[in-house]
Amino acid sequence: MTTATDIEVVDLAVTPLRELNQRLHDAKNGGPKSWKIVNPNGAHALAVGIDADLDVLIEGHTGYYTAGMNKHANVTIDGNAGVGVGENIMSGTIRITGNASQACAATGRGGLVVVEGDAAARCGISMKGVEIVVKGDIGHMSAFMAQSGTLVVCGDAGDALGDSIYETHIYVRGSVKGLGADCIEKELKDFHRAELGRLLEVAGADAKVDEFKRYGSARTLYNFNIDNAGAY
Amino acid sequence: MCGIVGLFAKTPEVEANLGALLAPMLHEMSDRGPDSAGVAFYRNAVAAGQTKLTLQHDDATYDWDVLRTAMQDAFGAEHSIERRANHAVVIAHAEAAPVETWVEEFFPDVKIMSAGEAIEIYKETGRPEKFIETFDIQSLNGTHALGHTRMATESKVTTAGSHPFSTGLDLCLVHNGSLSNHNGLRRMLRREGIRFQTENDTEVAAGYMMWRQREGDSMQQMMDNAFEDLDGFYTFLIGTRDGFAVVRDPIACKPAVIAETDEWVAMSSEYRSIATLPGAEKAQTWEPAPATIYAWEKEKV
Repeated sequence: MTTATDIEVVDLAVTPLRELNQRLHDAKNGGPKSWKIVNPNGAHALAVGIDADLDVLIEGHTGYYTAGMNKHANVTIDGNAGVGVGENIMSGTIRITGNASQACAATGRGGLVVVEGDAAARCGISMKGVEIVVKGDIGHMSAFMAQSGTLVVCGDAGDALGDSIYETHIYVRGSVKGLGADCIEKELKDFHRAELGRLLEVAGADAKVDEFKRYGSARTLYNFNIDNAGAY
Repeated sequence: MCGIVGLFAKTPEVEANLGALLAPMLHEMSDRGPDSAGVAFYRNAVAAGQTKLTLQHDDATYDWDVLRTAMQDAFGAEHSIERRANHAVVIAHAEAAPVETWVEEFFPDVKIMSAGEAIEIYKETGRPEKFIETFDIQSLNGTHALGHTRMATESKVTTAGSHPFSTGLDLCLVHNGSLSNHNGLRRMLRREGIRFQTENDTEVAAGYMMWRQREGDSMQQMMDNAFEDLDGFYTFLIGTRDGFAVVRDPIACKPAVIAETDEWVAMSSEYRSIATLPGAEKAQTWEPAPATIYAWEKEKV
């Protein structure tokens, strides 16, 4: 009989992906809390849609949309993750020990995504409340149309950072190749220092708050301006 | 959507098994491109003064010996020809240009897939797994190879519209993406004397590269020009006599992953096809940056 402390090991070289995902969904109704998934071999849609307080360790590189729509679970990918890892995450934590491909945590509404390596283009695109910490660099068009939440980058940011941004907080330690439309550097206030310090600690990032610059919305793009009325 | 793969051998063992290693990579990309498949293998380079041609005829039972005999009469010396499904590789004892002109004139129903010293291009419509089986891709050796699975968006599903596209002697191109200004570019390139067989957008990119190389561009110059002139989305894998290069468009719209070990360099649209290679889990793996050329070349002995 399985107890809550046992680790459920699933080998994707043997078990079909759909069967694994169904079992992870069913875990909401009881069963093992700790899971280890081996031989992911770049599979898409792995551990998508979990809605339970599970610990899931994926040993190896994954394909698209890993742990998308995650709720409550702590998912660790010990490797690189493909496009859209943690897409639309609602809560819980996703940690990637390697690099994340583009659109990491896209549209995420809550929870935390930590990338130990680099994240490629469009990291946090249209994010809506998720907290993202990238220990390396991020690619171009990151936080495009970002609405709320926090993006922390310990390395450098690519071109067009925060284009058409709403109210997301962006903190970058390294250089920013270019800021997108309506994204500007802003003052790092005590509130922001506290938020950044908390996230660096949770993510286990070896960086100091004062090394970061904050970027956010100039709020000229999304507010209706009567002077622009003729343009509509 | 399309799938592209590339494999570059760093050891004699990988060279000997290149086809057996590339075939599962290509097969894994079937979902990205179920309507056609193709490969370019660089292998068994011919001697100076000889030209290797890959020829294709729609009839799989076509009698290639007629062409071989006629070619011997025209160019002298002993010519060899080796059939592979509805393609055939002929080694001609002549420079490329006169042989290609001769084939076009006397065998107009035969299509020239590639020409050069080492390149062989095979491509066909249908499911990639069927292609792999029909062309016995596993049996091919080689120094490096490129592959493509196609999901057509811009033009018809035909053999000529499949990838790789030849872009000159020992040069070829595979493409994931779509170009939006290919009609205008095709008109411009026709004025420059570049010929086209299809309405395909990638053929225009191939023709563009042929033109830039003819004008003396290096790989870097050619791509700098391409970044300006090609409007659309692309991840390109460009095959050359001694290696290959990976380039993504300036906004990196289409996926690409590169992995490298001491034995091989692999490129694919998705990691899952690289995962089929021995040692993949320990490979250095990364995503190429936009508008940047990543190239590998065999050291010339």
